[in-house]
Amino acid sequence: MKKTIPLLIVIVGGFIWVLWAFSPHYYIQEDFYNKFYLPWSYASSPFAMLLGIMSLFMMHTAKIRRKAPKWQFSYFFFAGFVITSVAGFGWGTQKGGPLMWIFENTQMPMSATMFSLLAFYMASAAYKAFRARSPEATVLLVAAVVVMLAQVPIGVKMSKHLPAISQWILDVPNLASKRGIALGVGLGGVATSLKILLGIERSYLGGGD
Amino acid sequence: MSFELMSNLVAVFFTMCIFSFLYKDNPFYQMAEQLLVGISLGYGLVFTYERVFIPYVYQPIVLKHNWVLIFPAILGMLYLFRFSRKLSWLSRYPIAFSMMAVGAGVPMGIHAGILVQMRQAMVPLETTNLVLIFLGTIAVLLYFFFSKAHTGVYGKFVNVGKWYMMIGFGASFGLTVMARISLLIGRIQFLVDVFGFIK
Repeated sequence: MKKTIPLLIVIVGGFIWVLWAFSPHYYIQEDFYNKFYLPWSYASSPFAMLLGIMSLFMMHTAKIRRKAPKWQFSYFFFAGFVITSVAGFGWGTQKGGPLMWIFENTQMPMSATMFSLLAFYMASAAYKAFRARSPEATVLLVAAVVVMLAQVPIGVKMSKHLPAISQWILDVPNLASKRGIALGVGLGGVATSLKILLGIERSYLGGGD
Repeated sequence: MSFELMSNLVAVFFTMCIFSFLYKDNPFYQMAEQLLVGISLGYGLVFTYERVFIPYVYQPIVLKHNWVLIFPAILGMLYLFRFSRKLSWLSRYPIAFSMMAVGAGVPMGIHAGILVQMRQAMVPLETTNLVLIFLGTIAVLLYFFFSKAHTGVYGKFVNVGKWYMMIGFGASFGLTVMARISLLIGRIQFLVDVFGFIK
């Protein structure tokens, strides 16, 4: 009841899904996929969002209760969540409303800035790679520098061949390495899916009884 | 002060709060970080309610009386038992329901991840570049094959795969840096525009 039935659901349902990928039959494509699985998965999915919200709420509440390091900032999490939710539920999601104002003037600039910060950390990572002085690190850095310079006007001014070299790097060695990795990932993904389908891999069920 | 200017100043304030991390970790950054998580979560909740809960749960059950959908709604609620010590096993049911789709992953994974890649790799080797791509793909694949020792001529060939990967990682690194730089330019341009330094 606690582990066997969920396991059976995955195995039996999984094989129906395998059938779905091969068979164009009405029972599989229409009755199983369109009438059963899609509406059922849509109807159960909003509660997964609720699970995430509850998890974050519990984490921040525990942080405040225990007065863990930097606990005061957890109040900002609650403030952001409550204000945004009230704005969305109270005034709707249309453009020009409070929710979109919050999105455009706080969420969007903050997340864009957060990602732009990575430019500095990647530059420092490149510096560390250069200091490693191994032939592999040098090749990596040379390829990176060529690709970067080819995208800015100064690179083209330095050498008119740079865009062509960059394109060759992207089209030939880069493609070969990405294809080799993609094949490995594909084989690994299929092997893992098969392990789950046959009930060998059960870690998704969690620990306990 | 116009509403637009006030809105921009709010965006400037939060942008500066995040940028302040470049100096060191500080209360302004901490505040902005937590606020970002809270706002993103609130935004996600509102849109999940409006775009998923209302059209796929509330309307079919309450307005169209499609009572069968009460079962998946209850199934979804079982997720919340994850927090109960005694009844956490109930949350395995919705997880198992969503894991069913892994069955489709086997044939579709073979198609998209393996067959399509192999088809693209097995073309007539008419040009030098095609030969280089073919050899590189084989060398990269063999680099991850650990059942045979990487020694001798085989080891030297396999090592070529490592060099291919280093060039590939370098290219990916360069492209990612440029994407981040363009974001950074966008943020700085925004700050410059708001403060009216140019125009």
